[in-house]
Parts: sequence; structure tokens; C-alpha cells
Amino acid sequence: MAAPQPQSKLVRWIDRRLPIFTFINHELNEYPTPKNLSYWWNFGSLAGILLVIMIATGVFLAMEYTPNVNLAFDSVERIMRDVNWGWLIRYIHMNGASFFFIVTYIHIFRGLYYGSYKEPRELLWMLGVVILLCMMATAFMGYVLPWGQMSFWGATVITNLFSAIPVVGNDIVTWLWGGFSVDNPTLNRFYALHYLMPFVIVAVVGLHLMALHTHGSNNPLGIDRKGPQDSIPFHPYYTIKDSLGLGVFLIIFCIFVFYFPNALGDPQNYIRANPLQTPPEIVPEWYFLPFYAMLRSVPDILFIKAKLAGVLTMFGSIFLLFILPWLDTSPVRSARFRPTYKWVYWLLVIDVIVLGLVGAHRPEGWWIVTGRIATLYYFVHFLILFPLIGIFERPLPLPTSISAAVTKGGGKLAGASAPMEKP
Amino acid sequence: MADTAQPGPMAAHGHAGGTRRDFLSIAATAVAGVGAACAVWPLVSSMNPARDTLSAGAPVDIDISRIQPGQQIIVLWRSRPIFIARRTQDQQNLVKADKDAGQLRDPQSNANQQPPYAKNVFRSVKPEYLVLVGICTHLGCIPEFVPQPGGSLGPSWQGGYFCPCHGSRYDLSGRVFQGVPAPYNLPVPPYHFVSDTQIRVGENPPDSTFDFNSIDQI
Repeated sequence: MAAPQPQSKLVRWIDRRLPIFTFINHELNEYPTPKNLSYWWNFGSLAGILLVIMIATGVFLAMEYTPNVNLAFDSVERIMRDVNWGWLIRYIHMNGASFFFIVTYIHIFRGLYYGSYKEPRELLWMLGVVILLCMMATAFMGYVLPWGQMSFWGATVITNLFSAIPVVGNDIVTWLWGGFSVDNPTLNRFYALHYLMPFVIVAVVGLHLMALHTHGSNNPLGIDRKGPQDSIPFHPYYTIKDSLGLGVFLIIFCIFVFYFPNALGDPQNYIRANPLQTPPEIVPEWYFLPFYAMLRSVPDILFIKAKLAGVLTMFGSIFLLFILPWLDTSPVRSARFRPTYKWVYWLLVIDVIVLGLVGAHRPEGWWIVTGRIATLYYFVHFLILFPLIGIFERPLPLPTSISAAVTKGGGKLAGASAPMEKP
Repeated sequence: MADTAQPGPMAAHGHAGGTRRDFLSIAATAVAGVGAACAVWPLVSSMNPARDTLSAGAPVDIDISRIQPGQQIIVLWRSRPIFIARRTQDQQNLVKADKDAGQLRDPQSNANQQPPYAKNVFRSVKPEYLVLVGICTHLGCIPEFVPQPGGSLGPSWQGGYFCPCHGSRYDLSGRVFQGVPAPYNLPVPPYHFVSDTQIRVGENPPDSTFDFNSIDQI
């Protein structure tokens, strides 16, 4: 199926000087991919495609947007009403951000379940966390640009976080603002940085893919490829599978873009920013809610005031992800063969969802206690359960090879009596 | 489930020389191409003038009652300068006599630089009022109105327009002279008289469908 040599003279002429065709052939046709990848492996390519969509729509929105506090809100409304197809480009960009996070979170949770962060993919995982951080910065700044109530007040709350830093906190906040509060200088620099960051993300994604291609993808069984019988070429098998996944994804995405374009947003942001009036509830976009919950949950701890403790907890929760590969002590990658870890994993999923709900509500009544427990559990899960489960758990026997596991009757499963089942 | 990936047998399924796989590949690629074109179109279209920009290009009504004979005013239409000059009786006679026609590039106004109702020696609806787009057809500067004969432009100068950027000259009907960089006569925008004291620039009279976008050189 794969052409070993480029055919036409033009292609050969280019390839001799810049081996782009050899490169594509190598990475697509020759690159060995485990043949047992499930649909949970579609989300990486979906994220990449979504990044392209966000940059394309973003560039065209940037042609019509004005980053001045007096004009920004109106420029967005102009895009919605007067610019040809402006409403569509804006809704795609707006919902694209949400879907980018949906896709990325699923991608991350896939990694957590199947141990994709474990040796030799530690750096791959860490690059992914860098991408997540860049995405969060980009999304935060992008949300400020329309200059609605939530844009302004969200920016105020989040930039004020940095005042929690002892000694230099207030100077840092002034430096971030470029003034005495969130105002025109802030909006302008957020616009510049929001335009820049996606290209930084592209660069880190490039590194992420380079790291991936060094050892290839993990797979649902979590065992290494042992030979060509365990793999199939990426093209055409996974190109077509990714295309199918893309098609399904686009259908769901378009349902939101065309029928429920504001379902994931906050109506408060359709009100012009008013520095003299705080909205009744300041809530970030849904993808930040779990972190927002952690921020607000932490009380005074010892000599650290609640404000600083909350900031440290929130940033800590993300930086914790960096050292994940070293927290998990299990020699087994995939949760399929880790009976204890398997159900503890779902506790984490529930915990994150609960944190999201806590973040969406005012911190009063039962929400406060729930938030504290959920925040505590998050850190317990990674700092305590991860290492302990790896040590004390008895994993199921691994199949001898990928091929053996999927071939009926072929290959022996060391010591197993029942056929492998999907989790 | 095969142990190794096989490219698939070359069994022709009713397609001479090709396989069902080939057909599916080509068909899927074609549909994907259509999809990509559909996706790109709104982005490209968004760069065309938006609705508010288009409506800002709507016709403007100008009050011409205060213009003195021999005077010119400049107004804006579609962000462009529009000359409205009121020719004196002497200037109208000069234009009608058309003695300098031999020195003009396009004395008959054959190039598409004006609506049909301005295709005459006066290049206007009424001889008394001249309405032009004040952009030199060379490289876009705004020509100066020099109605006085003679002066620094030489003894043969009868009056008209002089562009300071590269020296192009036009006569009192905006027609360009030979031997100057500008290639075309100054354009005449669509306009008509709403009343004796009001000109609507940007709109044809009811019986004309002239499209200003079709002119040769703005």
C-alpha cells in the first residue's frame, strides 16, 4: 500500500532538496501504530484539528475586532451583526474553545487510565501539561476580549490572585494590569498575548508529537509493541478512523454552534463591562470551574492565609500533574490490568465533576464542605493513593503481546484462565 | 483478524481497471474537498465589506445653493473626495467651444469613466454644475482646482485641474490632457438632481442603471 519511493519527477526533485515527502511517508505510511487502539485514541488528533480551527477563526475575527475598552464590546456585536458570516465565525471560535477543553480533558483522562504518562512517555506527558497551561492562559485572555461583565470581572478576580504573593504581590498585579485596575492597557496586552499564545501552543504540540513518535502510541493493553505483528501503518487505518471520529465530533460541535451557541456561556457577558457594578455571581467558564472550586475551598492553613493558600492549591493542582509519572509506582501501565486502580480512577473522575459543580455555585452551605473534601481528595488521590496502590496492588497477568491478546486462541496468556475482557 | 495488514485484493467490483476502494477513496476525497471549500468560504467572505460599511457607502445629499459661480466644494462619498464645481458662463462657453480637444487623451469620453448621462462635452447632467471624483487617475492624489487661466501653468492654460504629485492636468470637464502621467479622465460618480438646490451623489437618476464599480480607473 505504501509507496516506498516518491513517483513523479517533481516530487523527487523537491524531496532531494527538502525531504518533506519522505518525511510524510515515514510518519504516515511506515510509522507503526498499535493495532488495538480504541476510539479513546481519537482525541489527540481532534485536539490538533480544533487548534487549527481556533487559529483560522481567530485570525479572521482579529481582522474585525478592536482592542479598546470603549470599542471592544461594540466591535464584537458588529461582527455578530454586520460582518459577512461574522456570527458563524464568532460562534465557532467561542464554542471551539469549550470543545477544545472537552477534547483535551478526555485526552488527559485517557492518559491517566491507560498509563500513557509512564516510562518512556514521561516527557510526552509533561509537554502535554505545558500545552494545557498554555491553553488555559489563552482561553482566559480570550474571554476578556469581548469586554462584557464577566470578561472584566473575571479578569479582575484572576489578576488579583497574584496579590496573594507575599512582598511583591501588589507590584506584580500592577505590572500585569499596566495601571491601577483592569483597564485599556490590560485589554490591549491580553489581545497581543492571546494572538501569540496559540502559536506557542503549536510549537509545543510539535514537540509533543516528536516525543510521541519516538516510541509510538500507548495502547489499551498498556504493553509494548513486540514486533510488526502488533502494529499497522497509521495511514490508512488510523487516518480513516480519525476521520470518522472527526465527523462524529463535528456533528456534535455543529449542534452547539448552530442550535445552542450560547448554552456553554454566561449571559452576563452580553452586558457591557461596568467597573462600578459587580455581577451577582462571578463565575469563570465551565472548563475552569474545578480549579475555581479549589481556589475558594481552602481556609487558613497554619500561617498561610486562605487567599494565598487557595492560590497555591490551585496552581499546585496543575503543577502536580507534571510529577505524575513519578508518583505512580505501578509497573503496569493500563488500568485494565490494575483492579484496584481501576475503580479508584473513577473516584477521580467523580471528584473532578464534583469540583466543577462546587465551582459553579456560591460558596455557601453544603457546597463549602463538599468543596473542601473534593479538593482534599484530589491531592490525596495523586500524592497518597497513586504511590500506595502501585505498591500494594496485585495486577492481573498481562497478555504476552498485543497480537496474542486480540487473536482468538493465538498466543498464551501467562497464567490467565478467562479471556481478556474490556473494562 | 489478520496478523499482518494487507492492502486488500485487487478484485474489481464492477469498475473496469479500478477497485471499489479506489472509487471510495476518490469519492470521499471529493466530498472532503467540497467540505473544505464550504468551510473556507465564510472566512473569505468575511473579509468583504460588512453591512455597516456598505450602508456607510449610501448616497449623500449635498446642498449646492451656496456655491458661487467659479467656486468648488469638496464633499465625501464612500470616503472619497467629490468635487462639485459651479462653472461660470464663460467657463461653460469655453467647454462648449472645446478648442483644446486635440490636446486631450479622451475628448469624447469614450473610456468608461462616467455614467451615460454624463457622457457629453460638459461631462455632467447640467452644464453649470460639474461633479467629479477628486482622485487623480494616475496614482490617487487629490488634484487642485485651478479655474483661472494662465498663471504658473502657462499662457495656454484655460482652467481646470492640476495634480501636484506628478503634474497631471485636466480641463474644466475633468478630461485628462495628453503628455501627462494620468491615463484617464477624472471619474464622474452616479448622481442626480433631487431639486434645483440639492444633488444626491451616489445614486443614478431613476432611468439609469449605471454601476460605478464598472469604471476603468477610480
